[in-house]
Amino acid sequence: MQAKTVNKIATGVLYIIAGLVILILAALLGYILVNGVPHLSWHFLTAPSRAFQAGGGIGIQLFNSFYLLILTMLISFPIALGAGIYLNEYAKKNWFTTMIRTAIEILSSLPSVVVGLFGFLLIVVKLNFGFSILSGAIALTLFNLPLLTRSVEGSLNSISNLQREAGSALGLSKWETVLHVILPAALPSIVTGVVLSAGRVFGEAAALIYTAGQSAPALDFGDWNPFNMASPLNPLRPAETLAVHIWKINSEGIMPDAAAVSAGASAVLVIAVLLFNILARWLGKVIFKRLTAAR
Amino acid sequence: MKRSWLAMVGTVLIIGGYLGYTYTTRQKTNSGTQITAVGSTALQPLVEAVGEEFASKNLGVYVNVQGGGTGTGLSQVQEGAVTLGNSDLFAEEKQGIDAKKLTDHKVAVVGITPIVNKGVGIKKLTQTQLIKIFTGKITNWQQVGGKNLKITLLNRASGSGTRAVFEKWALNGAESAPAPEQDSSGMVRSIVATTPGAISYLAFSYADKTVQTVKIDGVAPTIANVTTNKWKIWAYEHIYTKGKVNGTVKKFITYLQSRHVQNTVVPQLGYISIHDMQVERSANGTITKR
Amino acid sequence: MDQIRESLLKTSVATKKERFGKTITMAALILIGLVVISIFYFVASKGLATFFTDKINFWDFMTGKTWNPSTNGSNGKPQVGALPMITGSFMITVLSAIVATPFAIGTAIFMTEISPKYGAKILQPVIELLVGIPSVVYGFIGLTVVVPFIRSIFGGSGFGVLSGTVVLFVMILPTVTSMTVDTLRSVPQYYRESALAIGATQWQAIYKVILRAATPGILTAIVFGMARAFGEALAVQMVVGNAAIMPQNLTSPASTLTSILTMGIGNTVMGSMQNDVLWTLALILLVMSLIFNIIIRLIGKKGELK
Repeated sequence: MQAKTVNKIATGVLYIIAGLVILILAALLGYILVNGVPHLSWHFLTAPSRAFQAGGGIGIQLFNSFYLLILTMLISFPIALGAGIYLNEYAKKNWFTTMIRTAIEILSSLPSVVVGLFGFLLIVVKLNFGFSILSGAIALTLFNLPLLTRSVEGSLNSISNLQREAGSALGLSKWETVLHVILPAALPSIVTGVVLSAGRVFGEAAALIYTAGQSAPALDFGDWNPFNMASPLNPLRPAETLAVHIWKINSEGIMPDAAAVSAGASAVLVIAVLLFNILARWLGKVIFKRLTAAR
Repeated sequence: MKRSWLAMVGTVLIIGGYLGYTYTTRQKTNSGTQITAVGSTALQPLVEAVGEEFASKNLGVYVNVQGGGTGTGLSQVQEGAVTLGNSDLFAEEKQGIDAKKLTDHKVAVVGITPIVNKGVGIKKLTQTQLIKIFTGKITNWQQVGGKNLKITLLNRASGSGTRAVFEKWALNGAESAPAPEQDSSGMVRSIVATTPGAISYLAFSYADKTVQTVKIDGVAPTIANVTTNKWKIWAYEHIYTKGKVNGTVKKFITYLQSRHVQNTVVPQLGYISIHDMQVERSANGTITKR
Repeated sequence: MDQIRESLLKTSVATKKERFGKTITMAALILIGLVVISIFYFVASKGLATFFTDKINFWDFMTGKTWNPSTNGSNGKPQVGALPMITGSFMITVLSAIVATPFAIGTAIFMTEISPKYGAKILQPVIELLVGIPSVVYGFIGLTVVVPFIRSIFGGSGFGVLSGTVVLFVMILPTVTSMTVDTLRSVPQYYRESALAIGATQWQAIYKVILRAATPGILTAIVFGMARAFGEALAVQMVVGNAAIMPQNLTSPASTLTSILTMGIGNTVMGSMQNDVLWTLALILLVMSLIFNIIIRLIGKKGELK
């Protein structure tokens, strides 16, 4: 009977731990949302920010965040996909692959301010891209690549070897097997990985302060010509993102409603990340359904 | 397989065509001069606000203002990587900078005041007391006539402009005892406001109702006292350029120093106009009447 | 005959595609490798300048207790002792890992073994959501909630190792938990079945079989969480106090490598000694994450042998 009592106690303890964790996490999310949501309004979401008066919004910062995210993904996803495929499908277990794997993992634990300064000295100054969305996207790529590569590799790794053997048995080359059999099968979890890393990119601040800059010049949303300075699409304009904006108003903000703007912007960030996660789950499911017979 | 190739080629053609079309129809006026300013985060809002005004009056000019810190501003302008370097300090005061290569443009004055938590019960101090507090010789507010409360020091990051000015003019060059540091005004203010017994220092524009400013030797931290140098803890905000400048950059700096800007944007942002100053201070600290 | 011979000897379309694919993916990997190497080179060249250009004794740097790069000490050398920051970083990292581990393992077991349905529906999304919250927001909450709370209980200013630990605990909890969940899921189902078949209770199966099988993976998760904690900057900087002095106790202000690095880097002039020493801190961080990585690998190897 003793074993059963222990079992009951242990299960109870596990329930308490899980409950505590949920409590902590829920309190955290609740705190951000309760503080921030009352400040949200259509005006707040669309208006440009103000440097020293009350009543500014986060419209431009919100757009910048999304645009920067898309550019970052456009650059980093193909590279991470290629590297992930190589690491999982082609790489032999030798010192070279081990070294590259270690290097990638170290890159992921580098403080982002170091990545930011590296980006500043190399991209902004040496390559003369200036403070721009493009510089920011490249810096974020450096920051994002390790995570994304790991997640792609993990997704491919979870595909059963039977599929590879089946491909080879049909006389397909390794590359064709990867392209037509393995990738489609791994796509749902790759998509999930991409969207989750997007959440991290969306919230990154330190790497952007020195690359994408911390000013948000006025944009003309009627002008979609990417070569115009005021166009939202111009990749060479400086662009403050939402996370950088939160950092800035908390550190040097002199507008009277700084605390409100900061709380509101934090809530928007959390909601955006939440939407990303829901999107990831939904997209992963849809793709899985389309690619397989699963209903 | 073939269809996907067609789709790909089609997409590339459409994007290419769009880019080509937009490139030929781009506004050529806007691809004009770009002035990039980097450096002090304290000066950033001013240059940004004035830059927008300047750009609206001079079509084709674009002023790009970024933070990054005084050190970054000075080193990048010295390297020639940016046009303007925003600084809270004289270049002479910064180690590693060859001040002879740079030209100084003073664009505003900023006053700095000690601030304390409202619960310490102190509104004035003598300079000697202030020095003793920051060097760790006085550790309880009781010793200077306040409540029986331990003094909690809070410094700005070592190397920051505000700290350098404060140590030079408020502490007579004495170095502050090792203490917690924060690198931004907003953080300093909210920490002093919420921590019992805390003392730190801030630019006038950041000191609001949540914290208590402190008179030193009977002199109140006001703009009028700064202009006469009765309140000694103040500093210039500088914009440095590499060598002499001309053309648009010179026009922009002249505009920044003009009476119009100095009487509108500068006080709005909480700085003090350079034209209101009745004294002038040089890099080595000598004061002359204007 | 010739036709067959030719088609046998010629490289087939499939082979060409194969080569194409292999080259592209290899190129991507090499690109990443080059980026990493250039960042390493960049940080190392700046960080080592402290010792070679500025002639600071390596040993003094690692064991000195006074950090004040802008003034010279009694021996005429700049006061750059990094020991307070190294100690602070280690204390916070180890403490937050110690606190986070039981919570992470407990939650992970709950999600995989006890209530998989509930875990997948509620815990999994919440944990993934937390990974995406920016560190600025964590820091801000730490400043407005954790610091006053610690101050009201332990006195003092509230800034210090303990506040940093609490904030980092919440930050690394999602990472460690989700990696532990992956490890537990990869334990083969028949381990559970055979344990239960010989009459073990669920807890006995978990404790005696599943956790034993998953130990290397769990250790990896913990070390990975520690590596994240070690490199975290903005959030820690807001609550740790940033006083470059040796931490006397858990509630006295302390500093970490990242907090001093982030605060000082904008205020110093590139190429000067004050700037170089900050890059040396970055180099220490890099070397530390290398060591963490080697530990992960050693643990992984040990797991393989079983």
